[in-house]
Amino acid sequence: MLNNSTIVDALAGLRSGKFSAVELTQSCLNQIQKHNPKIHAFLTINEQALTQAKQADLSKPLGGIPIAVKDNFLTMGLPTTASSRVLEGYLPPYESTVTQKLRSSGAIIIGKTNMDAWAHGSSTETSDFGTTLNPWNIDYLPGGSSGGSTAAVAADMCLGAIGSETAGSIRQPASWCGVTGFKPTYGRVSRYGVIAMASSTDSPGPITKTIEDAALLLSVIAGHDPHDATSSPNPIPDFKNLKLKNKNLKIAFPKEYLDVIQPEIKSQILAAVKKLEDLGHTVEETSLIHPKYSIGVYTILQRSEVSSNLSRYDGIRFGHDRSYFAEEAKRRIMLGTYALSSGYYDQYYNKAQKVRTLIINDFNQAFNRYDLIINPSSPSTALKVGATENAAMFGEMQDILVEPSSIAGLTGISLPCGFANGLPIGFGLVGPQFSEELVLQVAHQFQENTDYHLKRPTTNIK
Amino acid sequence: MDVNSIAKLSNLTLTDSQQKIFAPQFAETLKYVDLINQLDTSNIVPTSQVTGLINVFHDDVIDNTRLLQAPKINRGYYVK
Repeated sequence: MLNNSTIVDALAGLRSGKFSAVELTQSCLNQIQKHNPKIHAFLTINEQALTQAKQADLSKPLGGIPIAVKDNFLTMGLPTTASSRVLEGYLPPYESTVTQKLRSSGAIIIGKTNMDAWAHGSSTETSDFGTTLNPWNIDYLPGGSSGGSTAAVAADMCLGAIGSETAGSIRQPASWCGVTGFKPTYGRVSRYGVIAMASSTDSPGPITKTIEDAALLLSVIAGHDPHDATSSPNPIPDFKNLKLKNKNLKIAFPKEYLDVIQPEIKSQILAAVKKLEDLGHTVEETSLIHPKYSIGVYTILQRSEVSSNLSRYDGIRFGHDRSYFAEEAKRRIMLGTYALSSGYYDQYYNKAQKVRTLIINDFNQAFNRYDLIINPSSPSTALKVGATENAAMFGEMQDILVEPSSIAGLTGISLPCGFANGLPIGFGLVGPQFSEELVLQVAHQFQENTDYHLKRPTTNIK
Repeated sequence: MDVNSIAKLSNLTLTDSQQKIFAPQFAETLKYVDLINQLDTSNIVPTSQVTGLINVFHDDVIDNTRLLQAPKINRGYYVK
């Protein structure tokens, strides 16, 4: 079936006339119609998708390819809600740079995907519109906050998706849903038109079935944007060149990360490490600042920035008023307000920013000796629906492994490396700022020599 | 933490149940956050952003090309 295809294969099929963009889009729409009522990956379907497919320009980099977009990216003509009732029915008056680039490259935005409300979470369960379910087992969560996007890709409802990561929100749900999730360096992809969570770490990125697809999507969405003052002026290399030149890289494995991993996934993570060694790389144990400190740093910095970013939702100029905020949003806004308030700013926000410097320096020292760092995305496989209830800081605790690299603005990837109890396990690599090529090349080498990323949950979607 | 005064500062109204459960939840969160005080940060400069970029300017020119073109407009401003 056409919707099972990768982006790269679909482009070849379209351009050689094997099938049309309309047939491809229809195939995805059929899959959505069949499974979305149960999986609830999508909040909005683009009713113009088939019309746009009919007019698809196949000479463009993503011509005719159906892509799902997380609902915190402003899309003109499509409601954009960040899965919050505050923005229910909101139609944006402008387009995000990322979706503008997708449109200009010929992609069909097939729909907007579910997320934790305001991206405040690591499960998608805090969505004001109901949780998304994990296509591998619907008793389980897809992860978050980009859980709708990862579920949509895992269930072949689209050929690829866009997510965003503040601390783990691409990598963690990618690992729970058995797909490839890539977090670019902070500043590599424009945040203009992305509903802000923590402005100093938010990173839009691709969620795909393969590394080749991730590299292709990245090459479309990355780049300097004059509308985003934090976007990097660094030139964009050819991310699509996935040939690894140096076959003997030095890769670090922090022992503190191994401590945090649950026993059920340990053997598969170690098997993935062994695979890197079999491919010719040298893996060495190292020591980094324990990630438990990153939880505190990230909680303070993120919630402080959230309290500022969400102050614009006053219900006066757009959206509903602040009584529409659900519980988690209120918790995060309030803790952030407290951390920034007079008398507490030094103790919390300023201290967190200093520890941030320590973490950055720690990584810099590691990258003086190593090319990459092994960084699994999640301590475990997916958790059951309901796992987030009564947990005061579920998201921040879950993301312990990915918070250090997010705080430092590094780039990282999650890719499937096995299963435990039928649920996917995500292996990960982190590289220095602007080392996307190296991360993608090593990840591609791993995927060329394994087949975990080819597995699909089609038989389990009832 | 005085939950009611922080709610006021945050321009939020709490339900009765939220008023009850938030205080112990904040206490639990702050206990975890306090771990960062175990790390020595004397003589460390705080990092507020990781790009290293400074003074990113552009010309003060209005560009309407990417904005919605058809809404109600009054004297150059959008009307809700």
